[in-house]
Amino acid sequence: MNRKHITIDGNEAVAYVAYRCNEVAAIYPITPSSNMGEWCDQWASEGIPNLWGTIPSVTEMQSEAGAAGAVHGSLQTGALTCTFTASQGLLLKIPNMFKIAGELTPTVFHITARCVATHALSIFGDHSDVMAARSTGFALFSSASVQEAMDFALIAQAATLESRVPFLHFFDGFRTSHEASKIELVDEEIIRQMIDENHVIAHRARAMSPDRPVLRGTAQNPDVFFQARESCNPFYLKCPEITQKAMDKFAGITGRQYKIYQYEGAPDADRVIVLMGSGCEAAHETVDFLRTKGEKVGVLKVRLYRPFDVKRFMEALPSSVKSLSALDRTKEPGSAGEPLYLDVVAALNEGLANGWGSLKSMPKVLAGRYGLSSKEFTPAMIKAVFDNMSGSKPKNHFTVGINEDVTHSSLTYDPSFSTEPASVVRALFFGLGSDGTVGANKNSIKIIGENTDNYAQGYFVYDSKKAGAVTVSHLRFGPKLIRSTYLISQANFVACHQPVFLERYNMLEQMVAGGTFLLNTPNSKEEAWDKLPRVFQEELIRKKAKFYVIDAVKVAKETGMGGRINTIMQTCFFALAGVLPRDEAIEQIKKAIKKTYGKKGEDVVKKNIAAVDQTLVNLHEIKVPAKATSTIEMPPVFAGASDHIRKWLGSIYGNLGESVPSSAFTPDGTFPTATTQWEKRNLALEIPVWDEKTCIQCGKCAAICPHACIRPKVYDPKELAKAPAKFKSTDARSPEWKGLKYTLQVAAEDCTSCYLCINVCPAKNKTETKLKAINMREHAPLRQQERENWKFFLSLPEFDRRKIKVTQLRQQQLMRPLFEFSGACAGCGETPYLKLLSQLFGDRLVVGNATGCSSIYGGNLPTTPWAVDANGRGPTWNNSLFEDAAEFTLGYRLSIDKQAQFARELLKKMGAQIGDDLVKGLVEAGQADETGIHAQRERVAALKTKLAKIDSKEAKMLLSLADILVRKSVWGIGGDGWAYDIGYGGLDHVLASGRDINLVVLDTEVYSNTGGQMSKSTPRGAVAKFAAGGKPLGKKDLGLIAMSYGSVYVAGVALGAKDEHTLRAFVEAESYAGPSLIICYSHCIAHGIALDRGAGVQQQKMAVESGQWLLYRYDPRRAAAGENPFQLDSQAPKMKVQDYLYSENRFKMLVKSKPEDAKRLAIEAQKDVDTRWALYEYMAARKGSRSAEAPANA
Amino acid sequence: MDISTKYMGLKLRSPLVAAASPLTHDVGNVKKLEDAGAGAVVFHSLFQEQILQDRNELEHYLTQGTESFAEAVSFFPQASEFKVGPEEYLANIAQAKKSVQIPVIGSLNGIDTGGWTDYAKKIQEAGADALELNIYSIPSNPKLAAKKVEDVYIEVVKAVKSSVTIPVAVKISPFFSNPANMARRLDRAGADALVLFNRFYQPDIDLEALEAKPQLHLSTQHEMLLPMRWIGILHGCLKTDLAGTSGIHTAEDVVKMIMVGANVTQLCSVLLMKGIDHLRELEKGLREWMEKKEYASVKQMRGSMSQKKGSNPGAFERAQYMKVLQSYHA
Repeated sequence: MNRKHITIDGNEAVAYVAYRCNEVAAIYPITPSSNMGEWCDQWASEGIPNLWGTIPSVTEMQSEAGAAGAVHGSLQTGALTCTFTASQGLLLKIPNMFKIAGELTPTVFHITARCVATHALSIFGDHSDVMAARSTGFALFSSASVQEAMDFALIAQAATLESRVPFLHFFDGFRTSHEASKIELVDEEIIRQMIDENHVIAHRARAMSPDRPVLRGTAQNPDVFFQARESCNPFYLKCPEITQKAMDKFAGITGRQYKIYQYEGAPDADRVIVLMGSGCEAAHETVDFLRTKGEKVGVLKVRLYRPFDVKRFMEALPSSVKSLSALDRTKEPGSAGEPLYLDVVAALNEGLANGWGSLKSMPKVLAGRYGLSSKEFTPAMIKAVFDNMSGSKPKNHFTVGINEDVTHSSLTYDPSFSTEPASVVRALFFGLGSDGTVGANKNSIKIIGENTDNYAQGYFVYDSKKAGAVTVSHLRFGPKLIRSTYLISQANFVACHQPVFLERYNMLEQMVAGGTFLLNTPNSKEEAWDKLPRVFQEELIRKKAKFYVIDAVKVAKETGMGGRINTIMQTCFFALAGVLPRDEAIEQIKKAIKKTYGKKGEDVVKKNIAAVDQTLVNLHEIKVPAKATSTIEMPPVFAGASDHIRKWLGSIYGNLGESVPSSAFTPDGTFPTATTQWEKRNLALEIPVWDEKTCIQCGKCAAICPHACIRPKVYDPKELAKAPAKFKSTDARSPEWKGLKYTLQVAAEDCTSCYLCINVCPAKNKTETKLKAINMREHAPLRQQERENWKFFLSLPEFDRRKIKVTQLRQQQLMRPLFEFSGACAGCGETPYLKLLSQLFGDRLVVGNATGCSSIYGGNLPTTPWAVDANGRGPTWNNSLFEDAAEFTLGYRLSIDKQAQFARELLKKMGAQIGDDLVKGLVEAGQADETGIHAQRERVAALKTKLAKIDSKEAKMLLSLADILVRKSVWGIGGDGWAYDIGYGGLDHVLASGRDINLVVLDTEVYSNTGGQMSKSTPRGAVAKFAAGGKPLGKKDLGLIAMSYGSVYVAGVALGAKDEHTLRAFVEAESYAGPSLIICYSHCIAHGIALDRGAGVQQQKMAVESGQWLLYRYDPRRAAAGENPFQLDSQAPKMKVQDYLYSENRFKMLVKSKPEDAKRLAIEAQKDVDTRWALYEYMAARKGSRSAEAPANA
Repeated sequence: MDISTKYMGLKLRSPLVAAASPLTHDVGNVKKLEDAGAGAVVFHSLFQEQILQDRNELEHYLTQGTESFAEAVSFFPQASEFKVGPEEYLANIAQAKKSVQIPVIGSLNGIDTGGWTDYAKKIQEAGADALELNIYSIPSNPKLAAKKVEDVYIEVVKAVKSSVTIPVAVKISPFFSNPANMARRLDRAGADALVLFNRFYQPDIDLEALEAKPQLHLSTQHEMLLPMRWIGILHGCLKTDLAGTSGIHTAEDVVKMIMVGANVTQLCSVLLMKGIDHLRELEKGLREWMEKKEYASVKQMRGSMSQKKGSNPGAFERAQYMKVLQSYHA
């Protein structure tokens, strides 16, 4: 038959099949499965029909739990329905999965298997999520490669329809879901042949209908539940047979024969590995290799894990097996063994007892864990597993791939062992996210995949930092099917797309002898060799490598490509790597350019093509000299940090995390804070430079800086005695600061060059108005000088917090930020709020953070921006889940209040011993402001001194509680996805609790962290994923809902539009002793604005001036005082909403794709604003309201 | 009474033409203009620079931040098709042509020869009856000689003329050392009409923000005196037709402009201020004036007060008050 090849990733491959086989999809974004739902939504918006000619209905829900409920309902009423999820998302679906299975409802849930958060969250792949769902009654069906993922998506669909057992089809998150691979397409014709319409009709016949009413979902009593539950047994017994039958039918159509337990290897193998998922491919490759060396080894790939068919499992094993290693990609602490191992042991026992299969006696069975959180699983590790089986004292319950030196479970392996055939071209590319490296590589894979007989594979390692993100692309091309489901460690071609990486990574470690190194460098071909760090020169010489250079930035500039060097570097790759003849390769690139950019306009195509031509002229080979001459060394990582931090977190930062042993970690996931300060990422090409003569010392630049890189200090002039020569200082302007000095200092090595400070600066130079009080200047010449200045600046004493008027921005900004240098995007709109929070209350701040951008830039290893002050105090931070930040944070409050109350009880009890005055002070002191807090801290210190001298149980107990007597500031933080959608129920409950808890919503109006999916906060007319045609409905008014309680402090703020209003809201919310909700407008990269050019400030201003975003405060204390609790702080709109909307791509792109819809939605958006303004104006005009039950001030 | 006129070979029912203005952004307004009596409608300009910028912006914002971070490899859904070129403009021309009988004139501002000719052809293909070239530059480079600036105009006109068959008008500003010479060169280059004059936004200073900001001021009536002078001077000297624009607000203004030699008067600010229906008032005023003064046709009065045919040719060249006084005494 005619086999059509495509290059596709696992998610798209699976979605392709699922979309065509279903009528309804209920979805919710979660990494790494989000793309499947996005594909379906996009195809639906493009009007692509399913197998039966109707366009599937795709609905985004508020959470995975909601999606599961909708799937359940849809199935019950007869539609073919599917969903996609992973990790915590799958966990939220489990309750409904029991129901769906219990009702024998055919469906396929496609799962990108991902780690479940434990001591830490991880977005990467393992089987802990699917294993948590193994008791639901779903079939668990595992595919191991992109081809299999597509094939099994269909086989699962066929099998579920016939068997009525719902299927959980899983494939490894990222490794399979995000691997781009050349595969044979399962086209509609194949799908049609596989799906038996009789089963579809039977499914409909079982559906609930008032025309033939039935009752399901009953409650049953002890008399019958048990026996009724057992009545489904025949379906589970038949399911494996049905699945195998579907596999056989599929083989008949496509020629690809699968077995539910598939053995590969020596027919006389004595050692066999049993496993599931993408590791099967690496194991298969290793087995093939080892067999050529005469080893009797094999691998048993488990495809159908539930229902487990013991007979077929036994039949798959050769009779010669002496030893089996069952490998689990999950961990069940405290178990007798991980799930697959236990099943294998049980199956062998039962199978041998029944005489099934050819095995005559019980082999030795070993359990092993591998690959948690996408940990590499390489041939070297697989060989170690086989070697372990051969040993006289094999390790059991071993781990492989790590150095587990706590209980010493890990197997040692030889990292140099490789099974990669010489026929495979292996290329590694180090790029920045912003330079388009990954996109170009995906393009290259398509070119080679679709235009040659070669197989192609691409896997992309991304950064967890959003600003200056580094990407590493791993590409393989070869004449045979590529089963290498692991990263490239022996590359023939290594490309460094950014010269700054020479300072950070030894990229040539991963290059084979005789390989090719391509460097993008601003240095001329004459200088390039001399400017290499010594270690690179040595590697190039040692490996007899070829060395090429290009100044891609220059070519990009000259051809109008701006900062994107992707096409240029891609052309170099094709010109050098030899996968295709050079001319043909260049021709193909040009064809691909036309295809990719054609829809974006001719000129985009033209400039890309010009870039290709110019590249070839500017690519130069440099003959590698015989001797290394460079004196340039790679700079040390985490200079200045303690030895422990440097060795541990510094190693992770330096890309050496793989080598950090278990013993380095605290066993409960605890880490020190204040660690981003050691990174010194030096991302900025330009930095802001202060002009002290123009500066009006307003503090706005410091307030808006997302990375806390620009800070003011006011100090005694005598401090300047030891100042570096270039340290700037001027007289402090405020009357309160008379006689003091003022400095605005930039942390040049931490700055991301986002321009927000420049844009917000209101002070202009009197004689040259294009200059402000801060101006961008080239970083490199200032680096050394500013490093010294920053160091000195930090050594200046902090201004006494008691003397700062906190509601005045210029003064408040003197408070030291305890949130600094995060990994957020350059120009981020969220982090300024968190920094403000950390300045105001950081030294007594307890944060509960919903999962999302803020939890990633807040707590992704190796570092955290949450910092400590000179006294070692600072925010303490934790992330529970996406959905429960409000509840989690309320838990903090309950706990802290209870312990404080207990402490006060103990104080009163011990009054005589401690002293009544001190006790009275400690119990009754007001702690409303910094002076009160300071005084209480002194009392607590006095208390501790006294308690240390008292030898009693009570004294010890009180000593353990003493610190809690200082008022703690409890804050829950999250994005709109949390507050408006998945966490809304909890948030609502917490707001109704009356407890002193503060919730901050960083409202980007879209799911930012998972890539721009619509939330209920997304405004009307905005284009987002799941709203490709512009969101048809208006934004939910969360603040208005919260105000309806009357007892919640509510504020709508926009720091970029009115900073002191934001400041006031934070201070008021914190001082209010009941629940507070601050909804913070946060501009975002997902809005399609010039984020890295500081556009956020203007966008916030326009949002407010058009009335699209309203500034207001609702303070129940005012109602209690007989005043109107509601204050509208926005001015009446003074510009049309459309003028604001069309300044952001999220709105404007609809004009380009669906102009009529855009026009209509813009009119409706204006109506939304007018209506809301009228309502708010009315609310603000009311006289004093009814007296709400406002809790007393603390 | 015959108020019809001819403009670039097109027969117009009236010399009142809607000038290029934001009114045509709404294609429904073209029909309203016809209903109110417009002799022809000039569309707002298609700006090549704007199209390029829109495309680049779209490309930039769709790719910004993508393929960087594992959880968010993109931020927007991939729309299968974007209308980032002149599609909407051309569709509006085509739609306008379908809905009205009066001539529809496209307007174009290009930035390179390829752009000028490509888009000119596309506007012709969309059905426009004629094309107005909105050529302008604010040459700020002191090293750039006047001739070079002028040559660009001539090259554009030649290139466009050779690529389309519909008549081509050229809208120019008065800022030439010798506008009459420039007009002659454009005439020789093949321009079928000259539209006098283009008005430019002039930057203003925002004293609060200390920023220069472009300001949009609608024209005032006295501004018509400048184009009236030059149409008066050029009438009868060139083959090309002449259109008067800027500051034509009343029926009397229309009469004056025709009398100095304009084939048509192009109206913009007055329609923006008073609405499309004000065209009816202007036509009524024109007819009343002609009736009162017993003019039978517009043709009859066209050019009757030009420098060549009027009684006081010197007035068109007077530049200063002193000369006015002298001529008074003479």
